[in-house]
Amino acid sequence: MISSRLINKNKPVVLILLLLPSFIWIGMFLKGSLGVNPIDILMDKLGEMALRLLILVLVVSSLSKIIFLRSLQNLRRLIGLVTFYYIFLHLTCYVFLDHFFNFLFILKDVVKRPFITYGFLSFVLLIPLVFTSTNNMLKKLTFKVWKKIHYLIYLVTVLVLLHFYLLTKADKTEPLIYVVIVTFLFFFRIFIKFFTRRSVLR
Amino acid sequence: MSKIPSYEITPYSTYLNRRKFIKIASAISIGSSLSLAVKALHSDDKFKFSNQLEEGDELNTFEEISTYNNFYEFGVDKSDPSEKSDKFNSKPWSIKIEGLVSKPFIIHLEDLLQKISIEDRVYRLRCVEGWSMVIPWQGFPLSKLIELSQPLNSAKFIQFETVFRPEEMPGQTKRILPWPYVEGLRMDEAMHPLTILSTGLYGHNLLNQNGAPLRLVVPWKYGFKSIKSIVAIRFVDRQPSATWSMVTPSEYGFYSNVNNRVHHPRWTQGTERRIGEFLRRPTLMFNGYESKVAHLYKEMDLNKFY
Repeated sequence: MISSRLINKNKPVVLILLLLPSFIWIGMFLKGSLGVNPIDILMDKLGEMALRLLILVLVVSSLSKIIFLRSLQNLRRLIGLVTFYYIFLHLTCYVFLDHFFNFLFILKDVVKRPFITYGFLSFVLLIPLVFTSTNNMLKKLTFKVWKKIHYLIYLVTVLVLLHFYLLTKADKTEPLIYVVIVTFLFFFRIFIKFFTRRSVLR
Repeated sequence: MSKIPSYEITPYSTYLNRRKFIKIASAISIGSSLSLAVKALHSDDKFKFSNQLEEGDELNTFEEISTYNNFYEFGVDKSDPSEKSDKFNSKPWSIKIEGLVSKPFIIHLEDLLQKISIEDRVYRLRCVEGWSMVIPWQGFPLSKLIELSQPLNSAKFIQFETVFRPEEMPGQTKRILPWPYVEGLRMDEAMHPLTILSTGLYGHNLLNQNGAPLRLVVPWKYGFKSIKSIVAIRFVDRQPSATWSMVTPSEYGFYSNVNNRVHHPRWTQGTERRIGEFLRRPTLMFNGYESKVAHLYKEMDLNKFY
C-alpha cells in the first residue's frame, strides 16, 4: 500500500520532474542546439510530451482503482495540469514561433486541416477541466457535475490521438502504439467497472 | 531573424580545410584514386555560388544541408540520413538505362562523368513539409544523359529508381514505403535545362544523406521528386508510378509542382520556413521558377494535375 502521505509529500518532486523536460528543451532552443529547424523540433517534443502525460493521467487514474494503489489518485490533478501546460506551450509554439501571430492564417489552418482542428479542439476542451480543478470548484459543482465535466478527458484523448495519427506522414507505428495503449486502458476500465468485486477495487 | 548561433556551425573555411586534409590524407594513403578524379571536377569556389544567388536568397550552410534530410531509406527522422548512412557504399556505381531506348545499356558513373562537364547550379529546394533551403549543387543537365541514351520516339516519360540495399540502408528493412523508391518526369520536364542530375554540392561529392552518388534535382517541384541514389533510368510511354503518389494519391500527385493553390491536408503550401530564418516567407509559384517552366503546363488544370 502506498500511503497518501508519501504521495503528497513527494508532489513537489513529481512536479519538478515533469516540468524539467520543458525547461531543458526551451534552454536548448534558446541556445540554438535543437538542430537546424528548431521550431519544428521544439513543437514536436512538447506535443509528444503532452500526449505521454495525457496517457499517464489515464494510467494513474486506472491504477488508482486498485485498492493498494488508491493513493495514486492524489497525483491525477497534478499530472493533468502539467499536461495542459505542455499543450499550452505546444500551441504557443505554433501560434508564436511557427506562424508569428498570423491569426488570419491560423484561423484558416484550424478550419482547413483536420489534424489542426482536432489539436485545437483538444486544447479548448481542456480549459473547463483546468478551471474546475480546484477543491473549491469541486465543492461548488458537486461531485456529480464535476465528474461529468471531467469525462471530457476521454474525448480529448481521442482527439489528441487523431491529431497525432493524421499529422504523421508515413510510418504510423508510433501513433498506433499510443492507440493500443489507450485501447488497453479503456478495456481495463470496463473490466473494473463490470467484472470485479468491490472489495478488491474501489 | 533568429539564426543558428555561429558557434554551432563549422565555419565554411574550416570545413573546406577539413575536406582538403581528408583529400590529402587519402591521396597519400591510397595513392591513385578514382574518387579524387571525380572530386577534382567539383568547384570549391564559394564566390561562384554566391554569384548565382537570386535576390532575397542566401546560401544555406553545408551543416544545414547535410544534417536535415528526408531520405527514408535511412529512417524517417530528419537526422537519420546523416546519422545512419555510414554503411552505405556508393563506389563503384553504375546506372541501368532501359526501356524505350535504341539499345539498353549499363553505364558506370566514372564513364558517364568523362562524357559530360560538371556545372554549378544554385537552386531553391522546397519540401512539401513547408521548409526550404538554398543549395549550391554541382551536376549536369539530365538532357545530356537522355541524349546519350538515345530514347525512341515512343518514349514520353522517364522513371527513376533508387538503389535497394536494406543491408546498408536501415530504413529499407522497415515497410515505411514500398521499396525501391521510384519517381518520374514527363519527357519535356526531363529535358528542361533546369533539371539536373547532381553529383555534388558545395564543391564536394554528394554525401550519402544527400543522395550519393547521383540524384535528380528538379527545383520547381517538391523535394521528394528529386530522387536520390539513382540506379536505373527507364524510358516509358505511359505516366510511370511515383512512390508518394502511389502511397497517398490524394496528397501527392504525379506532377507535384510547387503550387500554393493546391491544398495539402497536413502542411500549408502558402508559406514556407527557409531553414535558418525565423519568419516564414510566402511560397512562390513553381518555387520561383514560374517564368522558366510555366509554359510546360500551359493548357493543364493544375488543380487536377497536382
